Amino acid sequence: MTVKLMQGNEAVAWGALAADCRFFGGYPITPSTEIAEMLSRELPKVGGKFIQMEDEIASLAACIGASVGGLKSMTATSGPGFSLMQEHIGYAAMTEVPCVIVDVQRLGPSTGQPTSPSQGDVMQARWGTHGDHPIIALSPTSVRQAFDLTVAAFNFSERYRTPVILLLDEVIGHMREKVELPDFESVERVERVTTSVPPEWYKPYGDSPSDVPPMSNFGAGYRYHVTGLLHDVAGYPTQRIDEIDPWVERVNRKIERNVGDIVMVEEDNAAARTVVVTYGASARSARHAVKLARQRRCKVGMVTLLTIWPFAEDVIARVSRTAKRIIVPEMNLGQLALEVERVAGRNKVVRVNRANGEMVTPQMILNAIEGK
Amino acid sequence: MPQEEHSAYAYLRHTKKFPNVWCSGCGIGVVMGALIRAVDRMGLSKDDVAVVSGIGCTGRMPVYLDFNTMHTTHGRALAFATGLKLAQPRLKVIVVMGDGDALAIGGNHFIHAARRNIDLTAIIVNNSTYGMTGGQYSPTTPLDLRATTAPYGNIEQPFPVCDLAIAAGASFVARSTVYHAVELDRYIEQAIRKNGFSLVEAVSYCHTTFGRINKLGAAVQMMRQLKDNSVTRTAADKLTSDERAIKIVRGIFCDADKPEYTALYEQVIERAQASVGSNQRVAGGI
Repeated sequence: MTVKLMQGNEAVAWGALAADCRFFGGYPITPSTEIAEMLSRELPKVGGKFIQMEDEIASLAACIGASVGGLKSMTATSGPGFSLMQEHIGYAAMTEVPCVIVDVQRLGPSTGQPTSPSQGDVMQARWGTHGDHPIIALSPTSVRQAFDLTVAAFNFSERYRTPVILLLDEVIGHMREKVELPDFESVERVERVTTSVPPEWYKPYGDSPSDVPPMSNFGAGYRYHVTGLLHDVAGYPTQRIDEIDPWVERVNRKIERNVGDIVMVEEDNAAARTVVVTYGASARSARHAVKLARQRRCKVGMVTLLTIWPFAEDVIARVSRTAKRIIVPEMNLGQLALEVERVAGRNKVVRVNRANGEMVTPQMILNAIEGK
Repeated sequence: MPQEEHSAYAYLRHTKKFPNVWCSGCGIGVVMGALIRAVDRMGLSKDDVAVVSGIGCTGRMPVYLDFNTMHTTHGRALAFATGLKLAQPRLKVIVVMGDGDALAIGGNHFIHAARRNIDLTAIIVNNSTYGMTGGQYSPTTPLDLRATTAPYGNIEQPFPVCDLAIAAGASFVARSTVYHAVELDRYIEQAIRKNGFSLVEAVSYCHTTFGRINKLGAAVQMMRQLKDNSVTRTAADKLTSDERAIKIVRGIFCDADKPEYTALYEQVIERAQASVGSNQRVAGGI
């Protein structure tokens, strides 16, 4: 256990190293650059590889190539770069190649305000790339959680052969806190399931009891085809609906059936009549607002979503059975609120939004709790 | 008498993959054959070869080849290959692209892969058009020729592909055509052997779209034009610049020895690990 003052971006880099990340391909962009800088220094010390690519499209491409080559891979960016990466988030989903994409959200759209926080990429993380696909997105509320969720992001990506998005915001990325990090050796690490069948039997996209087929790394003696085209169990392109349907179903099912493992929430009196549902830096304001409200003898609960996608439907459904009002503060014009409304109904949801580069304040949330 | 097995047979995937997607008479198959013959002649293990492609007619090549194969996104093949090569430096990574793929949408990745001098073998099948989408003009379409998106003639200057690669920093650069298959075999073999970024421009044609729009004839006529219109580098030196401008010049234009990226990165690792002892920062703790 080491105690240190560090920022969220640093914690992400240490989390990646603790998770055995051995490849980083990235492109400089505020407010995520510290992650690249740190890993350019630390990765070669452990025999890992860092490369600064020519743009964000190439960065994620290099990560996917390295992951197919057997290295746990990560890239880090912010809104504009995240937009460019959408192409290869889709490719990673289609080809089921594990990789971690860190998006330290800043105010948008476009170049927006590079040094100001935002939570404006929630829906981009879910639907930014074209076509139906499952996705996992995690969002920490503290520096320590930035470490833990980075490790979790790698573990989910390897366990489920899927891209995983780590949604920080500029506040969490740049905020410094005193943190205690665990010894890296004690951190739980998940390795992708590889194969040992004779090469002629290997089906890179075959049926598997877990719905996650074993993944052989290039060069390991299992020569197979990887393509962004819809493909059959051998990886070859197909136009047959009797081969496309099973693929679509399996790839979505492999995430859906594991929401119990993937969805992480923190609950505090979630059966209250008024519940704040939040995530990321907004959860910090919410925590303070809830404390103030309780000092005024107002019964209020709080649910913090550490997993943004897949959405915590069951938790929100349960909360909505007892809650009269669900308050959703976020640094955008209401993105997660759309999901909460879908599950809880529009009449229960009170949105507290700010999309000008400033945090949602505790007072704004307190006002909502008190019905002002 | 037992039938002799074709030399390419052992390198092809026979399950579900043939016939291929290319039009009868297409030149891409010649390039695929040349790639196979080069690998065969070098005696490489199929497990140690990776073929990466982008999107387009040429992008479909890897699926037929019994190597580690990756059909990526439009223009990005070199970026994927860069990550793969860094992860597995012992793999021979061959990247096959079309002209639109490598030089339009992928132009940035192309110059930067060459600049890094990473040990990749890039093969550009240059048919001067977007064949798969039906014959639009590409970055190598000659001036004044027509395309479905240049119905009044192309007004954009074509890229001199080999010059571009040399200027960007490639170690080995050569050009041949799909008519000169034996020469192409040799260039591709030399390119794979080269430790650094290498480019082989394989000049081809598209009789189905571009040839028809410009009334350049069927596959046989277009193949014959490659023979008639191309000269070796030595012969080209004897021509006037006007004469040379309308010829396809074949030959090796660059064969330099420069530090290779993955080898340089190994030095970075050595330097970084040497620094660990001095500043007490070790993996597994902060």
